[in-house]
Amino acid sequence: MELSRGLALIVSTRKGVFCLQPDALRSRWTLSDPVFLGHVINHAVLDPRDGRTLLAAARTGHLGPTVFRSTDAGRTWSEARRPPAFDKAGPGEKPRAVSHTFWLTPGHASENGSWFAGTSPQALWSSADGGDSWESVRGFNDHPDYWLRTEDPQGGTPDGPVLHSIIIDPRDPAHMYFGLSGGGVYETRDRGASWAPLNRGLATMLADPAAGGAGPLEWQEVGPHFDPHCVELHPLNPDRLYQQNHCGIYRLDRPGDTWVRIGNNMPADVGDIGFPVALHPRDLQTCWVFPMDGTDVWPRTSPGGRAALYVTRDGGASWTRQDRGLPQRAWYTVKRQCMSVDGRDPLGVYFGTTSGELWGSVDEGDSWACLAQHLPEIYAVEAAEVA
Amino acid sequence: MLIPQPLLSYTDQRDRVDAVGDTLDALLFDLDRQFPGIRFRMIDEQDRMRPHVVFFVRGTRTHDLDESLADCDEVVILQALSGG
Repeated sequence: MELSRGLALIVSTRKGVFCLQPDALRSRWTLSDPVFLGHVINHAVLDPRDGRTLLAAARTGHLGPTVFRSTDAGRTWSEARRPPAFDKAGPGEKPRAVSHTFWLTPGHASENGSWFAGTSPQALWSSADGGDSWESVRGFNDHPDYWLRTEDPQGGTPDGPVLHSIIIDPRDPAHMYFGLSGGGVYETRDRGASWAPLNRGLATMLADPAAGGAGPLEWQEVGPHFDPHCVELHPLNPDRLYQQNHCGIYRLDRPGDTWVRIGNNMPADVGDIGFPVALHPRDLQTCWVFPMDGTDVWPRTSPGGRAALYVTRDGGASWTRQDRGLPQRAWYTVKRQCMSVDGRDPLGVYFGTTSGELWGSVDEGDSWACLAQHLPEIYAVEAAEVA
Repeated sequence: MLIPQPLLSYTDQRDRVDAVGDTLDALLFDLDRQFPGIRFRMIDEQDRMRPHVVFFVRGTRTHDLDESLADCDEVVILQALSGG
C-alpha cells in the first residue's frame, strides 16, 4: 500500500489496514489491498505535518502489542523500537501490561515528530521521535489516584478500558485533553505534568446532574462511572468541545467547566446514544452523530433498524436527520473512531461500520453512497491529505 | 530455537535460528538483540509469558524464564491460534 497524493480514507480494521482514494470529484473510489492483513489495527493515522508519516497501532493474535511506522506514505513499514510499555512493577505495586494501543494523535503542529498514544489499560504515552520510542506520561499514569480515576483493566468495555480522544489545543501544546472509557474527561495545562477531571454536568449510569442528581448513587466527579465515547475540540474555536458520551451528547464552552446535554434536543424515539461525533472544520455550530439504540439491553445498532446520521447546524439546539442513500433497513454499529470528515469544500463526511461497510457523503451528509463493503470489522476511519 | 510462523517476519522467515544464553530469559534477550522487538511480542513488560505463547525446553513445556539451558538445547516456541 502506497498512498497517492491527495485525499485518502485510512481504514483500520480487525484484520488490517485498507485505504480508499477518490478521483477528482470524489465520485469513484479505489480500494487498496490491505497491509498488516490479519493484524488487529485499532488506529492508523497520517501525520498532517508532513502528509507522509503513518503510524498504525497493532495487536496480532496472541502476540504483544506494538506500533508500526511508515515515513513514505505506506510503501515501507518498520516497527517502533520501543512501543508503549509500563515499568516493571515495584514491591507492592499492581503490575500493568499494555494490552493494546487504542488511539494515536499527532502532536502539536509546531512540534514535528511528537505523537501521543492512548492504551488499554488506560495510560497516556508520548513520542518525540515520530513514534519510534514511547515514554510514559507519568503525571497521569503514575499519579497516586490512578486506580481511582481509571477502570480496572479486567473490567470496562469488551476489549478493555481505553484512553482515547487525545486532543492538543492548537494555541498551546501544553494544554491537552483526553477521554477515559470509563473514567471521564481529563485536562492538563502543564504538558501532562498534572491532570484534572472535567466531568461536571455529565450524566453517568449512576446519577444525572441534569435530573437534579437523580440516580442510585451520589454524583462524584472522579471515577470510572463516566464514559465519554468520543471528544472533539473545534479547530476554529478551541474553547468549544463536543462529546458523544455513553449517556448522551454534550457541548462545553470554555472557560466554562459544565457540560450541557445538547442531545436532549434529539428526537425522543431516536435518543442521543452513540459512539462518534464529527465536527465541521469551518463551522463552529455544525457536527454529526450516528445515533444507536440505547434501550432495553442497549443493542447499539441504528434505532429501529433505520440507519441515519443526525446533524446540528446550531450547536445542538436542533438536529436534522440525514439518511438519503442509506439502506432502508440496517442495524449498523459505528464505533468511536469510525466517523471522519475531509477538509474539502463541500465537506466530505465518512463512516465505517462493524459490518465492514464504508459510507461517504460529499455534500455534507445530504446524500450517501457506499464506498466499500465486505471489509473486516471497521475500527477506525481517518480522512487525510497525502502530500 | 524454533520460531512460530506469526513471528517469522522478525527472522527473515527463518523458522530455526541460533541464540545464546544460560537461561531461557537470557536466550530471549539474545534473540531480541538479533531480531529487535521479537521478545516483547512474547513476554510482557512484567516479564510474564503472554497467554497462548508457550515455550518448550528439551521437549518439555516450561513456564519459567529462569529455566536453565545447556549447550545445544533446543527451545521451541509455539503460539496458539484461536478466534475468527
